[in-house]
Formats: sequence, structure tokens, C-alpha cells
Amino acid sequence: MQRTSDQASDTKRWGAGALVFAALAMVGGMSNAYVISLLTIVLLFTFLGQSWNLMLGIGGQLSIGHALFVGIGAYAVAILNIKYGVTPWIGLLLGAVIAGFVGAVLAWLSFRFEVRGIYFALLTIAAAEFARIMFGGWDYVGGMQGLFYQAPSGTMDLGMLRGDARFYYFVALALAAIGVAGTELISRSYWGYVWRAMRDDDEAARALGVRTFRHKVLVVSISAATAAIGGGVLGLVQGAIFPDSIMGMAISVDVLIGPVVGGLGTAFGPLVGSMAAIPLHHAMGALGDSLGLPGLNSVAYGAVLILVVWFLPDGIWPAIVRLYGAIQLPARGRISQLRKAEE
Amino acid sequence: MTALLEVKNLTKAFVGLVAVNDVSFSLQAGRITALIGPNGAGKTTCFNLVAGALRPTAGQVLFEGCSLEREPPEAVCRMGIARTFQIVRPMKDMSVLENAMVGAFSWTTNVKEARDKAYESLENVGLAGKANARTDQLTLPDRKMLEMAKALSTRPKLLLLDEVMAGLRPTEAAGVVGVLHRLAESGLTILLVEHVMRIVMEVASTVVVLHHGVKIAEGKPSEVVADPAVLESYLGAGFHA
Repeated sequence: MQRTSDQASDTKRWGAGALVFAALAMVGGMSNAYVISLLTIVLLFTFLGQSWNLMLGIGGQLSIGHALFVGIGAYAVAILNIKYGVTPWIGLLLGAVIAGFVGAVLAWLSFRFEVRGIYFALLTIAAAEFARIMFGGWDYVGGMQGLFYQAPSGTMDLGMLRGDARFYYFVALALAAIGVAGTELISRSYWGYVWRAMRDDDEAARALGVRTFRHKVLVVSISAATAAIGGGVLGLVQGAIFPDSIMGMAISVDVLIGPVVGGLGTAFGPLVGSMAAIPLHHAMGALGDSLGLPGLNSVAYGAVLILVVWFLPDGIWPAIVRLYGAIQLPARGRISQLRKAEE
Repeated sequence: MTALLEVKNLTKAFVGLVAVNDVSFSLQAGRITALIGPNGAGKTTCFNLVAGALRPTAGQVLFEGCSLEREPPEAVCRMGIARTFQIVRPMKDMSVLENAMVGAFSWTTNVKEARDKAYESLENVGLAGKANARTDQLTLPDRKMLEMAKALSTRPKLLLLDEVMAGLRPTEAAGVVGVLHRLAESGLTILLVEHVMRIVMEVASTVVVLHHGVKIAEGKPSEVVADPAVLESYLGAGFHA
């Protein structure tokens, strides 16, 4: 009986997810250029947030340097495409492989020498900053001046991943959908179970036969590879990449704000969090500009983070789920009472 | 009768303290053996040495003839030895069923197979009805049972139980005793570290007594409790039965 109720809630979850993404697709067909470009960023950071969420929310490993992997992906696509005319599809693949490898090496070295938890997180910052400075001083990739894509001609070309703003909106929407569905699938797979076990209690997981060392390396590597794919597309959408912006601390923070605000370890959290935080960030930026108060957007970010951590420590999405449950339960209770009364 | 596990001249020295000193014993397949002794006797250290959580200073642990004193805990588990922790350690953000599934992933990557095994383990310890509960909704006896279910999901040949009765009321402990008897009848070998003497008398076929890290007695429960050295270690010198 419990198993059938599991299946019922599975169907419900997937149905709800499909509805949300169908609605987002309709929004993409109808909205104006400003909303489209804003939502494209929201959806891209939903995907990037999922990548980060996989590592901390499911695997239990904290990264504050995800900009490293985002940057590797962006540069892989840009170098191949701008310098050699290679399709971004190859660049995305290559970027994912390189970032996955870099992530695995970083994790292997770190965990091999017992650098864990917050110390591992510090190491990720150091690695990202090292890469940012290295790319800034590397003339071949444009140094601090960065790399520029050719202005899009406006005709859609799926093979070269070029098109107008609406095209990129749908690319980002597809990535976000893959991110949400992928998180859901992974967290209910063999990997998901053993990763969550090692997240909750490393020693107890090992006592149950989980080879936590290799699984930690694996989760960091997969998270890095997916972050690189998001980074590659982010570079294409922005039309240019600079080490300070694509590999800077700001990207690492932008990546984690969605899952932290929306709900760590959940499939929908990063989407909900990005939807809440990024438009607010932009609106406050615009308001700050018009009021002559630069930095208002960062203040807003900080305020949202503090409020969420204070009042909804597991994030917005779990709070919505709890609220929904609280409305549902009494309703079910009343129905069963009515049935009893009828009998 | 064959020995499933043999502990030979096991010694563990911490700085300034020899916690386990030249201890040898063996576990017979399908039997329940209890490791007892007063506080600080080295029971838990001995237990952790067998489980791979600690490395011995000297001596050997042989499981089915394979040496395992250099193996990490996950490898020890995969060889067929599962353990529980004295202080219960449920994975707090996973349901009772999901907790019980983790152990099954030591021998399968198939989620359905793991789920079936987890239900079976939960049934074995009488927790099947609470499969979908959160672990923080469980009572202490249920959490202890969950620890056992998690260990059983690894399909162990040998089950190591660290003070599984500690903190339980007599009626609750009686339930655990029933579970242990059932498991032993199904062919599982069990080593328990235990404080509660009455329970040891009820379940164990062999008792190993440690005192200050040294084995002072080994035998049937009825023999061991009559042993003057054991009485002295528990009750102090000068006590005579």
C-alpha cells in the first residue's frame, strides 16, 4: 500500500514539473524582449544551481568556487568557436570533460589528504581565483580583454547554437528542465541513495559498505562537468566572456543563491530560488541606478539570503510543500470523517 | 565446528594506554557470542578493531581465513561483516526505508532490489510498518532496530552489535532478544558487546570477558559467571561467591 502511494506522488511530481515547464514555454512565446532575457538568465542559473545542488544538497560537498567550472565551460566553447569555427556542441562536450577532470583531480587531491568540509570549500575558492588570474594573464585567450562572439545574424542555427534571444530562452528552458528532471532521477538512483547517505553521515555510510572516497570524487566531477555546460551556454548568451565576470566570485555566489534560497537538495528548489532572487537582483540594480545608489542589488541579495536563512532555513520550496501538506491533511481528515458519518 | 572469525593476539595501544592486550578468541558460525567486561575493559576498542574502524598495533583478525586488520570499514562490510553503532546514527534526511536501502547498495546497484531487501530487513526487526516515517519520528528502541535493519541489508555473514540494548526498558530489550534469536536461527553469526548481564545470559552461547584489555575468561554464560576472576573484575577483590 505504501508503494502505490509512492507511485501516486511520483506521478503527481512529474505532472507538476511538466505543467511548470509547459507554462514557461508559453511565457517564452508571448513575452517581450526584456522578460525573455531576464528569464533566460534565471533558467540558466536554475541549471547551474542544480549542478551546485547535486554536489552539496545531495553529495554533501560544499563548493564556493563553482565559477572555475563555469569558466572552463565558457572558455572551451568560446575558444573553439571563435578561433576555429568549431560548433559549440563540441565545445560544450569538451568543456564538460575538462571541467569533470579538473573537478575530479581537485577532489581526489583534497580528500586524499583529508582536506574536507569548509577547508575543501576554501580550496575551491582558491582554485577558481587561480584560474581567473591565469586566464586574465593569458594572451591567447584574450587576457583581461576577453573573447567576443560574432554578433548573431538573427537566423536560427541549431547546429552552431546561434539565434535570437528567444532561441536562447528555449535553450535555457531545455537545460533547466534537464536539470530539474536529472536531479529528480539521480536522487532516486543508486548514486542518489549512497550520496545522500554519505552527506548525512560519512562514517555510518562507510560502515554500510559505501566507498565514500570514490563517490565524493565522482559527485564533484559530475557537478563540475554540468556546471561547464551551463557556463558554455552562459557565454554564448552574453556574447562575450571576461575572466573577471565568468570566473569571478560573483558567479560562484550567483550559482549557489538559487538552491540556498529555493531549497537545498530538492529538484525544484533551484528553479524557485532563481525565480525569486535573480529578478529581484535586476530590479534592485535598476532601482539603484535610477536613485543613484549603486550596489543596491547586492544589498538586496544579502537581505534575501539573511531573511531566508533566518525564517525558512530549508528554503522556499520545502516551505511551500509543507504549506500544501498542511492544507491537504485537514481536508483529507474531513473527507474521512464524512465517510464515517455516512456509514 | 568452523570458526567464522578468528581474533589472534590482538593488541591496540593508544598513547600511554594498552586498550586491548593480546586478546584471542574465535566466533563459531551461526552462534551468538557476547563480549563483556566492566567499563573501560576494551570491549568497544576490540569491536572497532574487528569492524575496521581502528587499526591494531599487533595481532590478526581473520574472517573466513582472510586477514582484514588493514582493511577500511567499507571493505570489511563488503566482505560480509556489518556493524551497528553504540549511539544510533540514522541518516537524518532520509526516510526509514531509505536508511535501510543504503546497506543493500553494498551488493547491488539496482534500486528495486535494494528496496525489496530493505523491506525484508525492516520486517525482520519489526519496523516494516514505519517504512515511510522520518527517522526523527522513531522512538529509541525503534532507532536501535533501524540500526540493525541497516546492517542486515548488507547481507552480512557476521553481525557486530555495539550495546544494542543500552538505554532500553526490560520489555523493549526482550523484543530485541527475540529478534536476535530469530536471526541466529536463520544462520547469522552475531557478536555483541553488552553491558546488561541478564540479556547476555539469555542470548549468548559463548561469552568472552575482558578486563583492563586482557581476556580473563571465555566459555558458556553459566560457567563464566561462576568464574572467580570474572566476579572479582565486576565486584572487586575480596568478593567470594
